Amino acid sequence: MTGMITLADVTKAFGAKQVLKGVDLNIEKGQSVVVIGGSGSGKSVMLKSILGLLKPDSGTIHVDGTQTVGLSRRDRAQIDANIGMLFQNGALFDSLPVWRNVAFRGLQDNTLDMDAARDIAVTSLSQVGLGPELLDVFPAALSGGMQKRVGLARAIASKPDVIFFDEPTTGLDPIMTDVINHLIRDCVRELGATTLTITHDMTSVRAIADKTALLYQGRIIWQGATDELEQSDDPFLNQFINGLAHGPIDVEGQTVEATVTSGA
Amino acid sequence: MQAIATIGSFFLGFFFQTGLLTLFIVRAVKALVTPPVYARLIGQQIMRIGYYSLPVVALTSFFTGGALAIQIYYGGNQFNSEAIVSSIVALGITRELGPVLGGLMVAGRVSAAIAAEIGTMRVTEQIDALTTLSTDPFKYLVAPRVIAATLCMPVLALVADIIGVMGGFVVGTQSFGFNAAIYVQQTVNFLQPDDVISGLIKAAVFGFIIAIMGCYHGYHSKGGAQGVGRATTNAVVASSILILAANYLMTSLLFSA
Repeated sequence: MTGMITLADVTKAFGAKQVLKGVDLNIEKGQSVVVIGGSGSGKSVMLKSILGLLKPDSGTIHVDGTQTVGLSRRDRAQIDANIGMLFQNGALFDSLPVWRNVAFRGLQDNTLDMDAARDIAVTSLSQVGLGPELLDVFPAALSGGMQKRVGLARAIASKPDVIFFDEPTTGLDPIMTDVINHLIRDCVRELGATTLTITHDMTSVRAIADKTALLYQGRIIWQGATDELEQSDDPFLNQFINGLAHGPIDVEGQTVEATVTSGA
Repeated sequence: MQAIATIGSFFLGFFFQTGLLTLFIVRAVKALVTPPVYARLIGQQIMRIGYYSLPVVALTSFFTGGALAIQIYYGGNQFNSEAIVSSIVALGITRELGPVLGGLMVAGRVSAAIAAEIGTMRVTEQIDALTTLSTDPFKYLVAPRVIAATLCMPVLALVADIIGVMGGFVVGTQSFGFNAAIYVQQTVNFLQPDDVISGLIKAAVFGFIIAIMGCYHGYHSKGGAQGVGRATTNAVVASSILILAANYLMTSLLFSA
């Protein structure tokens, strides 16, 4: 397997606050990787750096062999054409009906006419368990779970090679969480896509991840196969996956220095 | 020492914002002149910015024209110059009050709406979503609004001119007993094309300011609902002040020769 997404020594600061302190991560082609970490650990900043929404201060990010840091907008758009993204709250466009949201990319780059766009929307919606009756509904009329599903349909509509999921189950009830996890797993398996998910929901981790990485204080301090999570003796990982208030992770100030470890 | 730090911080913030706004305008102008052009979105914005602003601009200019006629009549009365009402109303409305008051009303209505809409898109990650879908937010969001506002404002100013003069006509003929035919004749004779054209040029600039300020404050909003509220207020305040400042500058340039 070859590295589809590779981060090497990526740093990012906002003013005096150093959020990423040298992130190293390699995601193989076709692999489903989940990055876990507490609030403020730098997960979203890392994801936005990979997506080109933030520019890292230093380090390199390769997507499918192309160094993406510092790319021009036009070159970046070519990389993005092969990427799908499910945002935390769906980020559906309020002013557009569901079908235009789902087929947005094809309509913008003129690869789809109106009829083909509606057909793509019907197909993508069916893949996430939604019917064609939603095509002309506006996002404001959908529940949170349905918005996530439409967001997932939009992410997979162009059949991308890489899909990112930002906290895909946050704010959902346990049943809808399971539904979304299964949809992600099934869609990814069907497409054969490489995926990176950031979350702090351990149910999602166990359901969708081949490999898991723990981000703490701006560094990946543990990474390994998801099967090895429970066997690891890393105190930081153990505290996080078991949801313990006491341990090396200082919940208030998060000041304890961690050493980098990995699974077998 | 604290005072120096405060002053330094103020100037740093001022220069940072000025630089940010300059870069925003450069990127927006570049988006205006490079493809793709979203004709459907421009059409939508022309309806929202132009068509739906007609009532508020028309009402404002009608009452302003009427009030202007009253002021000029009683002011001129002291010098036995009541006859100048029609010409001064026409001049005041077309050169200044039509475009400026129209601009301020549209600033309140449109700049706020643009900032709120784009600000909400920012805090709900819709702008990030646009970028990840290979769509430039400046071309998709900013350019259609700037084009629509710059095109619509001269039309709105022309409507304001006509209805403002009509307001003066109604007051002049109904309250002060002016002969209707003579009032119209004096207005037409006195008014020069340059008076109207200068107002329309000003209005186009005001339209650009209104859309840019709305987009800029919305695009850079942060901090949830409170941030969107702040962006909306800042957009209206900034566009109103800039309209008045630009009006002074353009009046100096257009009428100093």
